[in-house]
Amino acid sequence: MDGTTTTELMKSGAEALLRALKAQGVEVIFGYPGGAVLPIYDAIFQQNEIRHILVRHEQAAVHAAEGYARSTGKVGVVLVTSGPGATNAVTGLVDALMDSIPLVCLTGQVPTHLIGNDAFQEADTTGITRQATKHNYLVKRSGDLSRVVHEAFHVARTGRPGPVLIDLPKDILINPAPYHEPSAAPHRSYRPRTAPDAQRIAEAVALLKRATRPVVYSGGGVINAGGQASELLREFVRLTGFPCTSTLMGLGAYPASDPQFLGMLGMHGTYESNLAMHGCDVMLNIGARFDDRVTGRLNAFSPNSKKIHADIDPSSINKAVMVDVPIVGDAAEILRALIAAWKADTHAQDRAALAQWWAQIEQWRAKDSLRYTQRRDKGAIIKPQYAIEQLYKATRGRETFITTEVGQHQMWAAQHFKFDQPNHWLTSGGLGTMGYGLPAAMGTQVAHPDALVIDIAGEASILMNIQEMGTLAQYRLPVKIFILNNRYMGMVRQWQELLHGSRYSESYSEALPDFVKLAESFHAVGLRAESVDDLDRVIAEMLAVDRPVIADICVDEKENVFPMIPSGAPHNEMLLGPEHSSNGLAAKSVTDEGMVLV
Amino acid sequence: MSDTMMRSATISVLVENEAGVLARVIGLFSGRGYNIDSLTVAPVERDLSKSRITVVTTGTEMVIEQIKAQLDRLVPVYKVLDLTMEGPHLARELALIKVIGTGEARQEALRLADAFRARVIDASTESFIFEVTGATDKLDAFLDLMRPLGLAEVSRTGVAAIARGVKTIG
Repeated sequence: MDGTTTTELMKSGAEALLRALKAQGVEVIFGYPGGAVLPIYDAIFQQNEIRHILVRHEQAAVHAAEGYARSTGKVGVVLVTSGPGATNAVTGLVDALMDSIPLVCLTGQVPTHLIGNDAFQEADTTGITRQATKHNYLVKRSGDLSRVVHEAFHVARTGRPGPVLIDLPKDILINPAPYHEPSAAPHRSYRPRTAPDAQRIAEAVALLKRATRPVVYSGGGVINAGGQASELLREFVRLTGFPCTSTLMGLGAYPASDPQFLGMLGMHGTYESNLAMHGCDVMLNIGARFDDRVTGRLNAFSPNSKKIHADIDPSSINKAVMVDVPIVGDAAEILRALIAAWKADTHAQDRAALAQWWAQIEQWRAKDSLRYTQRRDKGAIIKPQYAIEQLYKATRGRETFITTEVGQHQMWAAQHFKFDQPNHWLTSGGLGTMGYGLPAAMGTQVAHPDALVIDIAGEASILMNIQEMGTLAQYRLPVKIFILNNRYMGMVRQWQELLHGSRYSESYSEALPDFVKLAESFHAVGLRAESVDDLDRVIAEMLAVDRPVIADICVDEKENVFPMIPSGAPHNEMLLGPEHSSNGLAAKSVTDEGMVLV
Repeated sequence: MSDTMMRSATISVLVENEAGVLARVIGLFSGRGYNIDSLTVAPVERDLSKSRITVVTTGTEMVIEQIKAQLDRLVPVYKVLDLTMEGPHLARELALIKVIGTGEARQEALRLADAFRARVIDASTESFIFEVTGATDKLDAFLDLMRPLGLAEVSRTGVAAIARGVKTIG
């Protein structure tokens, strides 16, 4: 501890903890009480600065904190008890780890003298979560408590962000503890690198200036780097005239309505973005990690390109794809350096070649790979894509945050809802956690009480955290749940159709609840659209109500998500939907190797 | 280098000496499917604040680069050094070897131990315990020779390694 920091003895560890949280700017905690954390709840009761949102299940507390973090750029905070409280939080922690979301999760623990004794509600929380967090701590000495809290926030928000867990034995929370202010001294061993290497920037610009078929492939790292990074991405893409595609996680960093945007890439990406990735001669990956959902078959991925990979995490570079120019650093700093170096470089860009590349891309774009046909006759069944497009149109002009669950509806939302701003699209990308969307929407609505927050859901996913309807009611959070109800675990059904001979093993949503009545029983509004005639009215009603709503949108049960790059196939062997006459049947093009992939 | 060619790497990791740090390193190897051929750990600072972990692993160049990057991003890790790539280094381990036997085999074991500079640190009328120090392959060779002569039990420390010359890990 350096001499300038102040130290004060607090009457309990719980009070020292809350003081440290306040010093870190914490405004809200998502949590659920239990025996081991009662001292913290007692301290929360006796103050008014930090708000506590009582969830109905600890997994939801973590997703809510993720929603809060992703929509604000701040660190989300979770508080759960020992044992089952901590183990229930694990799915959320891994979700945040995979998607690089900054969280601090506080878990109660049995008193230090009982640790290891199989005490009531004891679990080896730091052991269980060691691989589920960016870092974790067990506080065994009162003197360490506030330092650990400050450090946890620093670790969570810097470098590649992620969840950090602090396990707090009950005696540490009860006994008096000194409070230390955050120290200005750098961490002893953890010093993530943010400034890019100038030589690498020069190499990258030399490649980019000479590119004839360039593409920018942007990812969630640009969003994590803050609003300025998205601004700089836009500036760079406009400056260079390059086409830009995005991962699922990166949507919104570059405006989807801009003509230089090619749409999402990867397994369910657009024809033009995947073929641009396949055919490019120089690729600039900024803040993405060559995920298997993006690359398809690795040995056929973008075979003729020079690859530049900018990432804050050195372990993301050369992990799946070997690159020519690695750049380690913060996305905003890298983009700023690239823009400066691009402007300073006197080499003239080959504008004619770029124009030719764009002509090629426009031909691919003309294929309109997201096309579908919505019948308009009376009683016609709603196409899920149409429901999302109508929802998008109805929400334009309002500040709208979209969360999703996981499955077909998630992909249709990514394809058809156009995101023009970062931090407004929240989806479980890496882990693919069904049940993410409702609690994430809850956390987003807490952070943005006046905004429109919509969970685009499937009827199966929504049931995984449906208990959070109670939280919406308690805190009057007017979250809209827009269920694309096709009575199937749609993505499972789609894979069974394409890969398993249409044997729909256990993928039918049997015995569904009446979602309208379910909404009403949770003090929310329930609406239903059974055909295309009802859709716009239901959307309008949903948006007009200042209360939580479940809109049960009955959609075509047989609709599949296209385009689709089957597992194990390269980008240029994409399957297009039934709208496109030349559609090869998927099952034929899936190799045995592809079958084992997920 | 070919992306399928395997190599051995001796990696030194300087870490904060705190609870769970070894579990983090081991968990990283098991969770990501990397090999551990040998692993040693002990505090190396006078105040016990830092420990040095030496891991010997095998993998393709790409995997070894991944291992180093993954180790480096663990919060309590100060420094990761690939001694195999950093130039000449020394690697040693120690083994305690119990050989049980009588007669000619016993005599032969003793003669070979002498040739390998193994010390006898315990003896009974039917057994020896040898202490032998050296590179992994020297220990392997000695053990191979002891096997037909009554090799009964082995305890090895795993590899400790350090770069030659003035270069240090700090």
